[in-house]
Amino acid sequence: MFDSITLGQYYQTDSVLHRLDPRVKLVGTFTYLISLFIVDSFVGYILAALFLAAMIMLSNVPFRYIIRGMKAIIFLLLITVVFNLFLTPGEVIWQLGFLKMTREGLTFAVKMAVRLSLLILGSSIMTLTTTPTQLTDALESLLRPLKKVHVPVHEIAMMMSIALRFIPILMEETDKIMKAQIARGADFESKNLIKKIKSMVPLLVPLFISAFRRANDLAMAMEARCYRGGEGRTKMKPLVYQNRDRIAYLILLAFFVVCILTRIYF
Amino acid sequence: MGIKVDDISFLYERGTAMQVTALDHVSAEIPDNQFIGLIGHTGSGKSTFVQTLNGLLKPTTGHIYYNGEDIDGEKFDKKKLRSDVGLVFQYPEHQLFEVDVITDVMFGPRNLGLSEAEAKKRALEALESVHMPKDLYKSSPFDLSGGQKRRAAIAGVLAMRPKILILDEPTAGLDPKGRDEILGMIAGMKRDLNMTIILVSHSMDDVARYVDRIMVMGGGKLLYDDVPVKVFRHVKELEELGLAAPQITYIMKLLKERGLDVSTDALNVKEAAAEIMAHRRELHV
Amino acid sequence: MMIKIEKLIHDYIKRDDEGNVAGTFRAISGVDLNVEAGQFIAILGHNGSGKSTLAKHLNALLFPTEGAVWVDGLNTKDEKNLWEIRREAGMVFQNPDNQIIAQVVEEDVGFGPENMGVPTEEIWTRVEESLKAVGMLEHRKKSPNRLSGGQKQRVSIAGVIAMEPKCIILDEPTAMLDPNGRKEVINAAMKLNRTKGITVILITHYMEEAINADQIFVMDKGKVAMQGSPREIFAQVDRMKELQLDVPQVTLLAYELRKQGLNIPVSILTKEELAAALMGEEQAQESTSAPETEENVESTEKEEADGDQG
Repeated sequence: MFDSITLGQYYQTDSVLHRLDPRVKLVGTFTYLISLFIVDSFVGYILAALFLAAMIMLSNVPFRYIIRGMKAIIFLLLITVVFNLFLTPGEVIWQLGFLKMTREGLTFAVKMAVRLSLLILGSSIMTLTTTPTQLTDALESLLRPLKKVHVPVHEIAMMMSIALRFIPILMEETDKIMKAQIARGADFESKNLIKKIKSMVPLLVPLFISAFRRANDLAMAMEARCYRGGEGRTKMKPLVYQNRDRIAYLILLAFFVVCILTRIYF
Repeated sequence: MGIKVDDISFLYERGTAMQVTALDHVSAEIPDNQFIGLIGHTGSGKSTFVQTLNGLLKPTTGHIYYNGEDIDGEKFDKKKLRSDVGLVFQYPEHQLFEVDVITDVMFGPRNLGLSEAEAKKRALEALESVHMPKDLYKSSPFDLSGGQKRRAAIAGVLAMRPKILILDEPTAGLDPKGRDEILGMIAGMKRDLNMTIILVSHSMDDVARYVDRIMVMGGGKLLYDDVPVKVFRHVKELEELGLAAPQITYIMKLLKERGLDVSTDALNVKEAAAEIMAHRRELHV
Repeated sequence: MMIKIEKLIHDYIKRDDEGNVAGTFRAISGVDLNVEAGQFIAILGHNGSGKSTLAKHLNALLFPTEGAVWVDGLNTKDEKNLWEIRREAGMVFQNPDNQIIAQVVEEDVGFGPENMGVPTEEIWTRVEESLKAVGMLEHRKKSPNRLSGGQKQRVSIAGVIAMEPKCIILDEPTAMLDPNGRKEVINAAMKLNRTKGITVILITHYMEEAINADQIFVMDKGKVAMQGSPREIFAQVDRMKELQLDVPQVTLLAYELRKQGLNIPVSILTKEELAAALMGEEQAQESTSAPETEENVESTEKEEADGDQG
């Protein structure tokens, strides 16, 4: 049973973070990401790590779920570290055959590793405490000013949320189609690249046709329920800032300023 | 000859909090040349069961033997199994993808490594068996009507020349005429092609008309496995499973309750009428 | 008059790759049909009879090629009536997945009211009442992917009622469901008709769903081929067969027994009626005219439910 909520990693529980307006979380994650590239000193990274630790505690999400996000990039992390460690020119501090580890390499590798990890963990906190629906609502709200330059913000948000809603359905359908074709002797496991691409046709054609059919049905259903674009629509769950959201923005601002200061002074 | 299912169980999401026992110690034998109905409500395990029969799913415990060999054994050729045990999924028309009907039906035989000529021969035979009008062979499968698409999809599996053909809810979504046509076509295939057919369904009425043997699944277990007449005597138990006996059975039971000494074994209108007329003297009409 | 259809003709136009007209197909060739407010109507017909095309005229998803359709006095051809008509005549479609927009049940039910600009607080009230009316309130926070087919269709019905329509059109809502799901959906629709007086128009090919309708229209080749009460319609066994439709098993049996000489009523719709005809009346009396009682409805549905469709 697939579910876009489990795909988006949402962890159902109650916490300060869960209750925050999703716009705050979106802006906050973005701010945090930028701050990771502003700080450039030991002190700065400690600060960023402490901030993250505080968020993790506030989220009430068990640590093992948070760590899951790291699994995806463990390989990337390893490659980044190794490459930076051995391919950065500078003062050699250790050597094994032709592998030269430099001081600069070491510093850089550690920095990258820390940044990447904090980045992933920070984003995970957001997706763990915010449902996909809330995220699209937040995005729609934050991008609203773009309407003035004729960006179809509402339509984009609607498309995103419909896409999210149908991902699990299309995944199940892919599974069914694959099984049906395997039952006819299709081979999806070939190592040969050409064969592999060819084998995708009996999977992709039916999937596309099905997706179009669904889109057609859905459009009719939406019209039947009086959908006519974003004009005049009200919201069942409008996003309204509470005091805690305003305080959160202030805390974010403070954090950001401190990060800039550490860049200047450390 | 045939399939022997030896005490298989199947668990989804094994070891997690969401573990589901889809099959619970099921054993059965599927011989040659039998017409079997497999009944069960949604979630009874019937779909999982049929997918183990052609090796798509591997049982968590237990063994399946095809013609005496363990299908999960080292040397066993699963591809051959899939051509011998054909599986037609629900809404099979969703698998159509080729440029025209005949090419789509040739997909299966081609995958078996057959020559173009042989693949074409088989495709033509299969299309005959499903009574596909010849002028549609070169049409795009997407230009066909719903019932025709379904028949094209069934032909696609038939072209593999299976010895055992499993059809999962072949009448799903069809109107009464479409339903009768498909079921009639399947009965015809059974007659002419000498294969075992397993018809998976929720509908007792559909199944009762055609099959020699009924397997009833519920909660992952195989609860009844017998000739139709005997299975339908368990009306109460079937109802508790969320199933029902054929409508005719209920009618005969009611008449019996009202004092007419009829047998409740009739499976269709003809038999029921004959049985009632045989007791004409007891009627108040 | 809730719905008035006059001399309706609908042609589908086939275009080739350049957009030129390559042919026309006449799906509806002259239909006159009236539906009174508060009725439960069934439109039966085999695939291709034109019933689905007809359904889409009722909420202005399609427009007449010739003739006219009035929904609660509003002409569907008039552009300015479009959204009012769609609010008054809500539609539930066949595929349970392809009409659910949101990722949470209650949000999907709120979609219609949101589109109509209903104020937030009122949306919540409507959502709750609608979910209650179809028996799905306890599932309000669930993801639709965790629901059965019957439950999904009930959510869609709730989504339509939340718009407070006068009429609900159900276009083959049970075609993709199992017998239990079918029962759930039809019961929900009947309950709405009985308790809230909402006009219900059920498009189907399952005759057991039509048994409790006030009126049945049978479509064939784009026309109304038969019209009448369930009893009148199902009694015509031969004609129904010609139109490629089913008749309840018990009606077939009665027909067969009549052929063999037994003098029993022409139209028998339930096994109780057959038993009474063959064995004499039981002490308790049931009126021989429709509509059946709640109990009868359920047992009828039960005996018919597993018939005919896989």
